[in-house]
Amino acid sequence: MFHRMPRAAAGVALVLVLAGCSSTAATPTAAPAATQAPVATQAPVATQAAGGAVGSIVMIPKQINNPYFDVAFKGAQNAAADLGGTLTEVGPSAADATQQIPFIQTATTQGAKAIIVSADDANAIAPALQQAMAAGIKVVGYDSSPAKGAYNVFVNQADTAGIGKGLADMACDEAPSCTGEIAVLSAAQTATNQNAWIAAMQTTLKDAKYSGLVFDGVYYGNDDPQVSTTQAQAMLAAHPNLKVIVAPTTVGIVAAAQVVTSQNLIGKVFVTGLGTPKGMVDFVKSGASPEFALWNVTDLGYLAYAVAVDLVNGTIKGNAGETFTVAKVNSGAPYTIGTDSVVVLGPPFVFNKANIDQYVTSFGF
Amino acid sequence: MTQDLRTGSPQPDSSPAPIEASTGAAGRSGSVMNRVLGSLSAAARLEVFLIIILAFLVWWGAQLSPFFLTGSNFGFSIQAVMEISIMALAMTPIIITGEIDLSVESMVGLSSCVLGWLWMEGVPLQLGIPIVLLVGLLGGLFNGFVVTRWALPSLVVTLGTLALFRGLAHVVLGSTVVTNFPAEFRDFGFSYVPGTNIPWTLLAFLILAAVCCAVIHLTWIGRQVFAVGKNKDAARYSGVRVGTLKLALFAVSGLVAAFAGVILTSRTSTANPDNGLNMTLAVVTIAVLGGVDINGGKGTIPGVILAVFILATLKSALTQAGISTDYQNVAVGLLLIVSVITPLLARQFRILADRIRLGRWRHRLRRGRPARDPAAGEVVR
Amino acid sequence: MALSVPADVHAANRGGVLIGRLARSRELTLACVTIVMVTFVAIKAPSFLASTNLISVTALTAIIAIAAVGEALVIITKNIDLSVESTMGLVAFVVAIALKQQSLTVPEAWAIGIGLGLVLGMANGAVITIFQVPSIVATLGTLSIYRGLTYWVAAGHEINISDLPAGYTEAASQTFFGVPLFVLLAIAVVIVAGLALRYTVLGRQLYAVGSNAEAAATIGVRSRSTIFLAFALSGMLAGVAGVLWGIEFGQLYASSASGESLAVIAAVVVGGVSIAGGSGTVVGAAIGALFLGLINNALTVLQLPQEWLQVIYGAVILVAIVTDALVQMRAQRAKARSRLR
Repeated sequence: MFHRMPRAAAGVALVLVLAGCSSTAATPTAAPAATQAPVATQAPVATQAAGGAVGSIVMIPKQINNPYFDVAFKGAQNAAADLGGTLTEVGPSAADATQQIPFIQTATTQGAKAIIVSADDANAIAPALQQAMAAGIKVVGYDSSPAKGAYNVFVNQADTAGIGKGLADMACDEAPSCTGEIAVLSAAQTATNQNAWIAAMQTTLKDAKYSGLVFDGVYYGNDDPQVSTTQAQAMLAAHPNLKVIVAPTTVGIVAAAQVVTSQNLIGKVFVTGLGTPKGMVDFVKSGASPEFALWNVTDLGYLAYAVAVDLVNGTIKGNAGETFTVAKVNSGAPYTIGTDSVVVLGPPFVFNKANIDQYVTSFGF
Repeated sequence: MTQDLRTGSPQPDSSPAPIEASTGAAGRSGSVMNRVLGSLSAAARLEVFLIIILAFLVWWGAQLSPFFLTGSNFGFSIQAVMEISIMALAMTPIIITGEIDLSVESMVGLSSCVLGWLWMEGVPLQLGIPIVLLVGLLGGLFNGFVVTRWALPSLVVTLGTLALFRGLAHVVLGSTVVTNFPAEFRDFGFSYVPGTNIPWTLLAFLILAAVCCAVIHLTWIGRQVFAVGKNKDAARYSGVRVGTLKLALFAVSGLVAAFAGVILTSRTSTANPDNGLNMTLAVVTIAVLGGVDINGGKGTIPGVILAVFILATLKSALTQAGISTDYQNVAVGLLLIVSVITPLLARQFRILADRIRLGRWRHRLRRGRPARDPAAGEVVR
Repeated sequence: MALSVPADVHAANRGGVLIGRLARSRELTLACVTIVMVTFVAIKAPSFLASTNLISVTALTAIIAIAAVGEALVIITKNIDLSVESTMGLVAFVVAIALKQQSLTVPEAWAIGIGLGLVLGMANGAVITIFQVPSIVATLGTLSIYRGLTYWVAAGHEINISDLPAGYTEAASQTFFGVPLFVLLAIAVVIVAGLALRYTVLGRQLYAVGSNAEAAATIGVRSRSTIFLAFALSGMLAGVAGVLWGIEFGQLYASSASGESLAVIAAVVVGGVSIAGGSGTVVGAAIGALFLGLINNALTVLQLPQEWLQVIYGAVILVAIVTDALVQMRAQRAKARSRLR
């Protein structure tokens, strides 16, 4: 048996080392989970307010370490500080719905009071969410909606038709005399949000006002900077007369603006779409992207958390027609829950040279 | 110590003791029992190691969270890894023969899309699923054909089909995502055996694992697989049809990947061209964790089964602790490297311990060089 | 004394020998195929050859080519490095953070980045040579570990272009006499690596270890230190590629360069470097990267339906390796036949 012992001993030793490594490698964005874990991940973050009565709320973004969702998380953390409750964020490293499922199920077994989730795939996580709801957990969707029936309330960042019209309007503004070829640089081919916004934009474009704009097609950048860059390059080569690139994705718009800049096409090709102020500030000032839009992502997170707290406390039930207010969002003006239990955050902000610096500071992202 | 005839480098015996029958000495061991014992004792060492890791992880997980040892946690944690586990069963014999199949994840996506497309076109699932399995078989045959017909390295061929099958998946469905599968279909992938916490897919996995174990460890097919893995040319000269064997293994891998695709589609109720993305490396991780030698010739199915549970337990423990997938992957990567290093280190310890025991440590401390002990009249390992 | 062989067999032999000579230079074959492909695409879509398009495409391709040179060194020694994408991502991010915090000057940051790549490569080499872990397994592990390091360093933030020094990303589009700066850099790397592979002892050792480690050992080539060096160099070149990645994109995320490992390996393989080790050149690897990069661009410029892009890309890789194998087989048969005379 002598030869087995070093192996076994080494085995135990290695796993102890592994345990040591794993416990210190906790993601910095996670506040301590509501378990009796002796694993001290880090000192409790100031999100824990005195009110533990709300309980633990778990936020599951599409993808962890994604700057967009980190901003939303900060908003939710602010809300947790104001409204109470323990907030944790966990999620997949890639935008993969099957990786979200175990986190939802774990939150269910750990007795979370609410789950705030942005669905990588509306239907894939629906059964897990329905199980959670059956266990009495409130489910709030944000940014990307789970399937109907798999959430109590969905906080939509902006009205789909409104975004579509906004994209069309910005393209019209940027194309000289609202005339010229335009093309779309989107995220994944199956991205629900982007596809809905593009469809809404194409519906708007049918209007006579936009008759000068020629739609050249949709290219898919998969929310990957490299793919978005190569697609933008190929797009420009395929359509030498392209005037406007519409990129309704924060990754794609930066890639497109950069390609336009590096190919010295500023003033000949314009970029618009949805982007973060901080990411686009140089491009707005240089003229590569005179106009683009987004909503207040921090507020989105704040609102989602506030809705979750309201649901947990029973203030709202999630039915259409109910109203509620959130002190720090929308200047306290009341929100009304619409059909399919959807709440819209508010109109998007349009950024341009005049206001970009102010928004970079006030939004912080 | 046997010599690897391909490279001539000394290789440790996979069987522990010279007296008991070993699989290596073909023909010396007569009875089935001896052969089974031989291969099992070769497996025993690594499995003990894996069982210890598993036991430790279970204990550690229980420390992390009171909800870890619950039945429901077990249920969904194991369910989450069933697709890659099933593919690992088919990947194991391929790796043992010295090949690899990187295209499994794309076949998952392709089969998922074909199933979705058929469903969209109104084809009932009873017909659709067999068609999809056939598609997987054909894809695997394609892989096997290109690898065996032109003697091309499978790493490269399946790198190409990785992209090719994924592309075909996009062609089949485009930007459509099919989600309106019937609830009964979803129940297979997502639900448990009534009254228990055992997912249906775990049953499927265990049945497949039992079949695989029997074929690979107890039948002549399995012995051919190991023979090819240890020495392809010697196997061919002994009458093993190497090309046909590999073709069959790739075909099975494709078929199994298609089945995994059906399971995934059922569990998520979604047919999406991106289904299965990033699964290949997880499948290879499980196989290697389970003791399958990536250079071929060694590996056991029980080891792979243990590796499946180890991976599920590790991920479950980390999820319970609130750690996201990014750092879970780091833990898996560390575990992988350490689990491969440890047996090698243990062997070095053993060699060193033997040398110290025999007083030969003063000279010949260089690794890998056998020391000759004239007094004992044998080569000291 | 020559056997009397009919004239048509002579002719066939000559044809076979010619193909053999052509095939003996895989790189030449691939270069020819690339030129044919470019011509074909240019006829259908002239804008493909527009200087703006070519400059931006080749600049990005150059980054992959540099990483492919490093990967080729590793593959020549009969190993593989799956972690190159994580090395690139980590180096790119670390350099960008150093510049964002303005704690280092730009050349210092680059030096740190390349040094980091070297260290990461040496770590790979150590695990593989000292602990005898098969390279595919070791780099599979470090793929996740290095990516985890990137997540940890990023701590949830991205790098915006505004965080970097003014004009930092302009270097990606600068040209000298019409040739992008990055392409010149890639060419320099290829020349240095190619000459080193061919004319230095280390280069010969890499090939020796890759074709037959045991035989190499008998003539005194220590395979372990050679392989360690191969991985160290590969890591360093991945570090260079990471620095250039940061310059090219500016906007960096913790997941930057995800998925590039397979693209790099595909480039190396298409470029004629055998996965079984012992043969192939870095020139081939670089041309492979160029070829695949141009194909990617061409497929979209030709306005082929988006769904078909990946199918064609995969088919191209398969056709490339199958053709390569067929041509090699035919050349060998022709060589054997010509010996009969």
